[in-house]
Amino acid sequence: MSATNLIEANDLVKTYISRKGLFGTPTHVRAVDGVTLSVAPATTLGIVGESGSGKSTTGRLLLGLEEPSEGQVQFDGRPMPKLKSNAWRQLRSRMQLVFQDPLAALDRRIPIGTQVAEPLDIHAVGSEKERKDRVETLLQSVGLRRDQASSYPHELSGGQRQRVVIARAIATNPDLLVCDEPVSALDVSIQAQVINLLRDLQETRGIAMAFISHDLKVVRNISDRVAVMYLGRIVEEAPSEDIFRRPLHPYTQALVSSVPVPGTALKDRIILQGEPPNPAARPSGCAFHPRCAVAMERCRVEIPAFVSVEAGRKAACHLVPATSET
Amino acid sequence: MPLVEISNLGVAFSGVPVLHGINLTIEKGEAVGLVGESGCGKSVTWLAALGLLPGKASVSGSVKLGDEELVGSPREKLEHVRGGRIAMIFQDPSSSLNPVLRAGRQIAEAVSLHQGLSGATARAEAIRLMDLVGIPDAVRRFDNYPHEFSGGQNQRLMIAMALAGKPDLLIADEPTTALDATIQAQILDLLISLRQETGMAIVFISHDLGAVSQICERVCVMYAGRIVEQCSTEMLFRAPRHPYTRGLFDAIPRLDAGRERLIPIPGTVPQAGRMPAGCAFAPRCAHSSEVCHNQVPTLSGTDGWATACFHPLEEPGAPGPSAHILVEKVEFA
Repeated sequence: MSATNLIEANDLVKTYISRKGLFGTPTHVRAVDGVTLSVAPATTLGIVGESGSGKSTTGRLLLGLEEPSEGQVQFDGRPMPKLKSNAWRQLRSRMQLVFQDPLAALDRRIPIGTQVAEPLDIHAVGSEKERKDRVETLLQSVGLRRDQASSYPHELSGGQRQRVVIARAIATNPDLLVCDEPVSALDVSIQAQVINLLRDLQETRGIAMAFISHDLKVVRNISDRVAVMYLGRIVEEAPSEDIFRRPLHPYTQALVSSVPVPGTALKDRIILQGEPPNPAARPSGCAFHPRCAVAMERCRVEIPAFVSVEAGRKAACHLVPATSET
Repeated sequence: MPLVEISNLGVAFSGVPVLHGINLTIEKGEAVGLVGESGCGKSVTWLAALGLLPGKASVSGSVKLGDEELVGSPREKLEHVRGGRIAMIFQDPSSSLNPVLRAGRQIAEAVSLHQGLSGATARAEAIRLMDLVGIPDAVRRFDNYPHEFSGGQNQRLMIAMALAGKPDLLIADEPTTALDATIQAQILDLLISLRQETGMAIVFISHDLGAVSQICERVCVMYAGRIVEQCSTEMLFRAPRHPYTRGLFDAIPRLDAGRERLIPIPGTVPQAGRMPAGCAFAPRCAHSSEVCHNQVPTLSGTDGWATACFHPLEEPGAPGPSAHILVEKVEFA
């Protein structure tokens, strides 16, 4: 991988210990199982997958909010400092997180201006006067009015609240924004407003984004590159254009096909049988093989490697031939 | 005679009107989609029809199921209708199921309530229904608790329970919203095949235009407590005529398009207590004129297509074969 990436993750593994009952034997659940990815400055990497695929955990690992069990994250060419060390705290101002539910991310009893100012207070940016001005500028840059600084979260609509969360996230001029389902709770007409806002902010501030979502249409619109996750692993990664027009991995094909397109009958679509498997009981070989229509004997025993399959595209499937170079 | 005829249905919560005169007819075996953003009244319409709203809600107008009037009818009569002739499933299946009762028993309860079966026959019927909705190994899983099923399977259980009363109409209120994409496709597929097998009508309430188009022949678009556009799914997707519907289409990113900038609808949905004087969409509408701000447009049109708009959009582009069909329809009317 090149040195120009803002953030790089190599073979990230996150294992949680889960216990069935009080005296049951503990089982190790690999929520994230060998994820390698990178985000270049001012670009967006979309991470898609179903619930339990480990996309949110990957986001938290990228931010250093959780320590990986194996592998490491490099931010701006340096390894991620140890959790809660001083260096780690300083890095907080350069990377921020936007959550799905703005009402849960905001404190209901504090005016939004104070909440947007909080990162500035913590990282001691400027004087008190400067901070106040900056909060107003921030509110304006996300499309709110200056005088709304004294409003409480309940006085705002859902879309406006998400704007407040975004204003707070960009308060310290971060280089990286991890957005975890930021528009999933919003209505369609408002969703478009917030997506455009995120794109504008990226353009004007050069923020790199990891955009985690289950909504393929939104990911298609906002991402430069897309990584598809299944049961803790990336199964396919490609430029946004290519992956949706010509998905290579059978799971990506099913995922793309599951998006209802008006005018296409349901029977023309690939409908996967069964449910995403439990990470605690990972199928042998390729984790997708029990639901895969084209699985072969080899898929049951051998885990496919995540390799280059075309220029700029990687996939983990025995049926997608690897390119000879790299 | 239509299966259900809703006329001039209005609902007010503590004096604040949220539903302003809905007129809607559901024919036997028909699948109708209700589309709109949160708070537009798509769920309230059916909760009001089935008498499921809290006491502070006042319901006016009429909902007729065949000859029976449902609005204001006594509880015993409604209880016969609910789950019997009209069944309803909701967005979050795990909160609709009782977590401390075995899943099969909950379905058997619905079976004995609506079909008068008991004991082993009720159990057999419940297992048949679980089988019908695609629960693998239904006999063994009868005694599992809801948490032992996945989200998609819980929704299947809810559908099985709804089928227990052999309903003429199934109201599916955002049944796939909480589910993963691949599971969503499975549930849509299940609803389509169940409709074919049982011949029941379906009202599919959703904010997802794509999902609605898979299931329904006819769509009603709702905005701020009113139906603003009503036509066949095919016509709606070819050329929506209400500016709000058009705006919805523009705001949704497309999987097969590029990364072009989305066109959002400016502003937000007005709050129920602070409705604008004229058309509720006028403050957000690029086509609004003076009349829109003063007068409420009524839902009108030729058969097959109705809009509540003073300035409906014309069919875009040169009149192609599709415009032709339209003209023919108008002439017939």
